[in-house]
Amino acid sequence: MSVIDLVPYDEALAAYDPVMGLEVHVELGTATKMFCGCSTELGAEPNSQVCPTCLGLPGSLPVVNAVGVESAVKIGLALNCEIAEWCRFARKNYFYPDMPKNFQTSQYDEPIAFNGYLDVTLEDGEVFRVQIERAHMEEDTGKSSHIGGATGRIHGASHSLLDYNRAGIPLIEIVTKPIEGAGERAPEVAKAYVAELREVIRALGVSEARMDKGQMRCDVNLSLRPHGREEFGTRSETKNVNSLRSVERAARFEIQRHAAVLNEGGSIVQETRHFHEEDGSTTAGRIKDNAEDYRYFPEPDLVPVAPSREWVAELRAALPEMPRVRRERLQGEWGISDLEMQSVLNAGAIEPILETIAAGAPADQARKWWMGELARHANETGAELGALPITPAQVARVSELVAAGSLNDKLARQVIEAVLAGEGGPDEVVAKRGLAVVSDDSALGAAVDEAIAANPDVAAKIRDGKVAAAGALVGAVMKATRGQADAARVKELILERLA
Amino acid sequence: MPGITREEVAHLARLSRLELKAEELDHFAEQLNDIVDAVARVSEIAAEDVPPTSHPLPLTNVMRPDVVRPSLTPAEALAGAPAAEEQRFRVPQILGED
Ligand SMILES: [Zn+2]
Repeated sequence: MSVIDLVPYDEALAAYDPVMGLEVHVELGTATKMFCGCSTELGAEPNSQVCPTCLGLPGSLPVVNAVGVESAVKIGLALNCEIAEWCRFARKNYFYPDMPKNFQTSQYDEPIAFNGYLDVTLEDGEVFRVQIERAHMEEDTGKSSHIGGATGRIHGASHSLLDYNRAGIPLIEIVTKPIEGAGERAPEVAKAYVAELREVIRALGVSEARMDKGQMRCDVNLSLRPHGREEFGTRSETKNVNSLRSVERAARFEIQRHAAVLNEGGSIVQETRHFHEEDGSTTAGRIKDNAEDYRYFPEPDLVPVAPSREWVAELRAALPEMPRVRRERLQGEWGISDLEMQSVLNAGAIEPILETIAAGAPADQARKWWMGELARHANETGAELGALPITPAQVARVSELVAAGSLNDKLARQVIEAVLAGEGGPDEVVAKRGLAVVSDDSALGAAVDEAIAANPDVAAKIRDGKVAAAGALVGAVMKATRGQADAARVKELILERLA
Repeated sequence: MPGITREEVAHLARLSRLELKAEELDHFAEQLNDIVDAVARVSEIAAEDVPPTSHPLPLTNVMRPDVVRPSLTPAEALAGAPAAEEQRFRVPQILGED
């Protein structure tokens, strides 16, 4: 591994224009594999979900999973693609033990969906359109573990072990056209695209698209060209970048690395690269020479897929609201600015807020709690909002108690904190800690009288008509009642007494 | 129909991870040429109006419902494997990759 001095990011961008291509593999959430009836359930014993077909045993024949095809068409439609009237599967031949058939059943020059686009929203609200080249159906490979080498790497291993439970699980590969014109925002566009794609896949319900579980994996292809040049430079292909943050980092690193190589008069080698989560770097993998020749040919064991126009129209009509449209609708309904909406999104607060509203809280209250107290808590503890130990229903209950006047804002915050600390639900906390707004005049009267007696000069000012001075007395009463007094009622009582 | 060259056989051998001797390259090139010639006769019959096909039957959309069917047991799955370890297929050292 050669260590090179990266070119500072701004310098790289001043000299070069990045061009990216993103390939995303999505593992479908079907019950069975793409070409056989084996279960796709995760976490099963090794080689317990295999059969003659997915093991590639002689005489076995594949049959296409109808839901796999339907999911592919849905994804194509959601990505504004044309859907092929007729298309075939193809054998992608290669010799590697992760595919026991010695080929992967994929699609080659006849993808089921092609020529689409996905609009993605960047952090500042700008919309960038990513053109989609194609989305095609294929199958996942088995899992290898390499034995005898250091840290499970293939290098230095004495032999390898194969579990084929994953071999044959339906995959949809989604390939963008070259993404040009993003300039310095290229890494951000890459991340936003993968994020948006994930939302779309989830909205369609075709996969959970959990990157941490390998259900969605991204390859980042990147090249640089000097400004003003039309033709693309040589690209590198960074494989299996498996989190949103990593997608951004990998693109950024490759921009800086390519610039360093090009600045020294070197040339980029067309190769695959491995991404390293620890420091965000990439290292060289396989060099792409003419050895990469998959000898594709149409799969003779499967008949063509020909989605009828009526069926495609039915699926199109049944598509759910797309995430971007939904976000725009919610922003309109909530009446908040682009910036406020963006911070709701960045905080991952949409779902918790919606669930809190569904549990009965007004939208502004739901937003206020999740974006205020709870976002702060999530930030401090490094947790995701959705993973906080408080439910939307509990937040809605706190909001209800405030609306009913039994809690004021300060007490409500104490209740939220107690729920987060595991002291129980809101009602339990209120009961245990004896938290309640005191608005009963007889209980407040004594505290008000004491405050007036203790602050004669303030009282004098109020008597002279300086009503604003009442704030100091309200504060004193609140302090004396440990925040439980109804501040509005306290003020009324003070003004009544000093009228 | 252009013949299969010795270089093409060498390329195929590399793709298939096979090590062939010089005389084997010549031998297989000749054999493959014979096979290709034999198959090429089909194109003498196929006229312009016969489209190429990848399947003998004029079917489309043969699919199965997404319903789980029983798999093999791990023991059955591994029964034909030359070597197994930890309930997995054991394969020799993988070279030329990383
Ligand atoms: Zn199977």
